[in-house]
Amino acid sequence: MDIEFAPQDEDFRAEVRSFIEENYPKHLVGADRGDLSKEDFLAWHKILAKKGWVAPSWPEEFGGTGWTVTQKYIWNEESASFGTIPPLPFGIGMLGPVIYTFGNQEQQDWVLPGILSGETWWCQGYSEPGAGSDLAGLKTKAELDGDEYVVNGHKIWTTLAQHADWMFCLVRTSSEGKPQEGISFLLIDMNTPGIEVKPIITIDGGHEVNEVFLTDVRVPAKNLVGEQDKGWTIAKFLLGNERSGIAGVARSKKAIDRLRDIARAELEDGKPLLDCGAFSRKIAELEIDLTALEYTELRTLASESKGQGPGPESSILKIKGTEIQQRITELTMEAVGNYASPWVPQLDRGDNYLAIGPEHAEGVSQTYFNNRKTSIYGGSNEIQRNIIAKMVLGL
Amino acid sequence: MDFSFTEEQTLLRNMVQSFVQDNYDFDSRMKIVRSDEGMSREIWGQFAELGLLAAPFSEEMGGLDGGPIETMVIMEELGRGLVVEPYLPTVVLCGGILNRHGSDAQKEAHLAGIIGGEDIWALAYSEPQSRFNPADVLTSAKADGDGYVLNGTKAVVAAAPWANKLIVSARISGDQRDSDGLGLFIVEKSADGVSTQDYPTVDGNRASEVTLENVAVGADALVGAAGNGLALLEEALDYGIGAVCAEAIGHMKCLNDATVEYCKTRKQFGVPIGSFQVLQHRMVDMFMEYEQSVSMTYMVNMKLSDGEAERKKAAAGAKVQIGKSGRFVGQEAVQLHGGMGMTEELNVGHYFKRLTVIDTQFGNVDHHLKRFAAA
Repeated sequence: MDIEFAPQDEDFRAEVRSFIEENYPKHLVGADRGDLSKEDFLAWHKILAKKGWVAPSWPEEFGGTGWTVTQKYIWNEESASFGTIPPLPFGIGMLGPVIYTFGNQEQQDWVLPGILSGETWWCQGYSEPGAGSDLAGLKTKAELDGDEYVVNGHKIWTTLAQHADWMFCLVRTSSEGKPQEGISFLLIDMNTPGIEVKPIITIDGGHEVNEVFLTDVRVPAKNLVGEQDKGWTIAKFLLGNERSGIAGVARSKKAIDRLRDIARAELEDGKPLLDCGAFSRKIAELEIDLTALEYTELRTLASESKGQGPGPESSILKIKGTEIQQRITELTMEAVGNYASPWVPQLDRGDNYLAIGPEHAEGVSQTYFNNRKTSIYGGSNEIQRNIIAKMVLGL
Repeated sequence: MDFSFTEEQTLLRNMVQSFVQDNYDFDSRMKIVRSDEGMSREIWGQFAELGLLAAPFSEEMGGLDGGPIETMVIMEELGRGLVVEPYLPTVVLCGGILNRHGSDAQKEAHLAGIIGGEDIWALAYSEPQSRFNPADVLTSAKADGDGYVLNGTKAVVAAAPWANKLIVSARISGDQRDSDGLGLFIVEKSADGVSTQDYPTVDGNRASEVTLENVAVGADALVGAAGNGLALLEEALDYGIGAVCAEAIGHMKCLNDATVEYCKTRKQFGVPIGSFQVLQHRMVDMFMEYEQSVSMTYMVNMKLSDGEAERKKAAAGAKVQIGKSGRFVGQEAVQLHGGMGMTEELNVGHYFKRLTVIDTQFGNVDHHLKRFAAA
């Protein structure tokens, strides 16, 4: 048992660090996610795709990097500490693994290259107004008509659907048996007639999520992944993958560094807030929790590298990871004091917009409000607790 | 980077585990705790035979050349059995100080007695006024000819009633809380001027108030350089933290297993109480606290032999985690066991009490948060 990196791992770290420094788009350094255009979102993705580094988690035969678990860990750390905008999760993290695991040859040839290159933007059609954490309650219906499915229904919380070319979608193809039976996994072209995307503005003032209405949308039957009515297995597989990257340790470390910088600049009674015992102890507590999470993730990765897949334990990473992210944004907002209050959403800013207060206070309360989502999405933290109770504790 | 145990470490774990299972079930433990002496010399002798008392010492001294990971494995298993025999003060704290900083003559004179099980040691460092600051020392060491004369009172010295040898921190120079000027002295408990007031502690252990009145020791009693005692002491306490973290994860694991098992069988309103979501989520929180504590325990024990700054930060962080998690798991385990959790008869309350003492031992959560923030 030791925590040292091998010399070849340190060489790898140097290699990826210099690649990021030399190739990351200059205009996106330090960019806020809320300000990004579609092109901005994809810029780094496309550079990584050319380098062959866009999908480190995939098997090499499908376009992965063949990196060891340690190398992937180092890659994430370096990307986070530089503050890159990571490739969008919908294709690389979610759909890709589904397609190379459950898709047929034709689907693999057709879907995977577009994900890797960044040419196809995917969105996730899972949640519905009546089916959130209780996903199996979904009602969007797909009926086979000749060699096409006719889809009718209503998806919600569809992240960045406004940019999407395609949607992977859970639909109900049968109402027989248990709710989990009769669900199918369908790929839908967002340009098909009958699809309407309506923005949802969230409490941070941003437009990230949408409602998607589907009215008599005709989808070729060959867009079905896996067997009809057996989509629940795929849905669960995808959610399991979604959890594993969610701890966000390296990015939280970076965010704590930023918090500390802010607390150094902010004054209380003329002294840096960072030197105020009460506040510095809150940061210390946060850092200790994050260290524990980091080692829990390393332990999970270590058992993964021995061929044991991410088990239900990865639910811990989701719960703790998101709790920590939320506390960081909360403390950052606390740190800036009065200047947490000014509120001029991106969308309302004219050409003559003048920044208010210190630069480091910009957007901190938006980020705080935005981050309340993290304990809700990807299977709410209560659902994660249900999973651990059932799968780990056997309750 | 590697989180796996070597084959030797796994064998060591299995050995300690089966020894504890076979010889230290809860009833036997309570008999020992309630005996006049409060520990079992027989068990201690068996520890020596098994080589446990030799684990961290070098082979040339008759030891097994183990490191913090071996100590961690042993302490975790001793924690599962709620073992009271003084492995921590004798082997980890005092043995560790002698092993790292003792002169050849001191090692020669003292390690064999630890390894063979003849001697029990206690580390007398805290004082009635010192709270958690090991530099706050009023006990004085006045140079006298070749040696020193010690005067002062040491507080809540764990295992001192059983010990025949002590390591005592005393001030050679400087003011009450100066970081310079301390010395660590080997003192025979039978020496003239040493007296103790012995008592049990809430966790089933024993401790003493130790009074030193004109205790004369030779120059060879001083471990390390004169005036440099604090550095040695802080290092020893951090090793102690690594060890109690491991002991505590042993406790938490037993409490969590017992609680889940109890909630699966205990019925209320016609169903097992473990079917209630509100209880399930509390047990999940206990499980997460345990896993995070395991992570921090591995972390600190991998970093103990790093540089001083790394070591201090790691120890402070781990102790905060274990303090909080131990309290949480202990309180929840009692709560979920209902009235049964309150009884002296069930082991749950005893794990809880030991975890409660561990929270204070070597400094509580607030103390180490401050230390972590300053590191």
